[in-house]
Amino acid sequence: MNVVETRSLGRRYGRRWALQQLDLDVPEHAVVGLVGPNGAGKSTLLHLVAGLIDPTEGSVSVLGGTPGSTAVLPDVAFVAQDSPLPKRARVREIAAIAAGMNVRWDQAVVDDRLAELRIDESHRAGELSGGQRAQFALALALAKRPKLLLLDEPVASLDPLARRGFLQSLMAAVADGGVTVVFSTHLIDDLQRTCDHLVVLGQGSLLLSGSIDEIVQGHAVLVGPPDRPLPRGCTIVGGHRSVGHQHLVAVSTPVIDPAWQVQTPTLDEIVLAHLALDPEQHPVRHLEVV
Amino acid sequence: MLCVRARHVIALRLDSSSGVSTYLQLVHQVRQAVLLGVLREGDQLPTVKEVVAELAINPNTVLKAYRELEHEGLAVGRPGVGTFITRTSTAPSPEVQARLRSDLTRWAGRANDAGLDVETMVGMLRSVVNETSRGAVA
Repeated sequence: MNVVETRSLGRRYGRRWALQQLDLDVPEHAVVGLVGPNGAGKSTLLHLVAGLIDPTEGSVSVLGGTPGSTAVLPDVAFVAQDSPLPKRARVREIAAIAAGMNVRWDQAVVDDRLAELRIDESHRAGELSGGQRAQFALALALAKRPKLLLLDEPVASLDPLARRGFLQSLMAAVADGGVTVVFSTHLIDDLQRTCDHLVVLGQGSLLLSGSIDEIVQGHAVLVGPPDRPLPRGCTIVGGHRSVGHQHLVAVSTPVIDPAWQVQTPTLDEIVLAHLALDPEQHPVRHLEVV
Repeated sequence: MLCVRARHVIALRLDSSSGVSTYLQLVHQVRQAVLLGVLREGDQLPTVKEVVAELAINPNTVLKAYRELEHEGLAVGRPGVGTFITRTSTAPSPEVQARLRSDLTRWAGRANDAGLDVETMVGMLRSVVNETSRGAVA
């Protein structure tokens, strides 16, 4: 079963479309990285899936139900950007309020994490460091024992050490099983290590999506003679490495032309190349869906 | 079953600048540890959660690496217990290997002083090794 399914999903703010014609399937137990520049529609998508806003057109279903409905809500946790917590409230009080708002609550998750992070329960949220605040917000989200965990830019404002600590906690939660994760980020260097699926958005449109293994296998860097046409089944996506006679291409069939030397591109290269393309002329936009 | 005396003897690590995929790096490290005798039959590999909590990587990557090791016959997964090494390298201990290596380093130094090039040295080593193994068989 797909945990999230969107069909022709669109959301408009005034006259501007923040997201358009989005068809996306998120399989169970996936860890999905949602990438794209500012204004690409990442937050809009997460808010639609969380049920915080309604679609302008198309549909989105979460765990087979309507986002935000009472049937779905207990199984979905959402951590907003910069993990906002009431600054004056104490850690203990925030945890108690969160516990009271949820039908399913595993206090041990919160207690264990606070102990590990050496966060004093009597501290006010405003006294926590950025890393501690993010970790605390993650612990609150995980205490719900959610089936779907949505995180909006969880590591963007953290220093490298805090970022690593956060990702360690997140991956350990995934290892415990039972949770599907979708998190947005504009830091693509963490992606390959932490995610198994990728969704790339640009200007409100889907540029690329799929399992990371498939995406990497579906691309190649070709080095070859200047005047030779590209092998069959190849479409150029990368301008940035086309110095000399190198092309980053999307491949639909394996390249077995001895005139071309075939190399494996990194995920970073693939993502950057797709982001740099004009969405209107995007070659693989509708070919690959998760 | 040998896992009674299971030891945790290896900590996996990653080199993010190597360009080698994460899962292959994990496979290589375990394979090499077995070859060098650091890991022996019955030794337990770190649990998926331990690796994940240390390296901040996707659990599926660790599972994939462990599956590959099982496929190679180097390890076996026992559901609910962990993954265990099934082979002991017949190679000598790391200490013996280090001693042999330093003998060879001294020899290579002398050969270099005598003006031998790399190809001649390797050729000489190969012929000596061949003669020795023939002698051992005979």
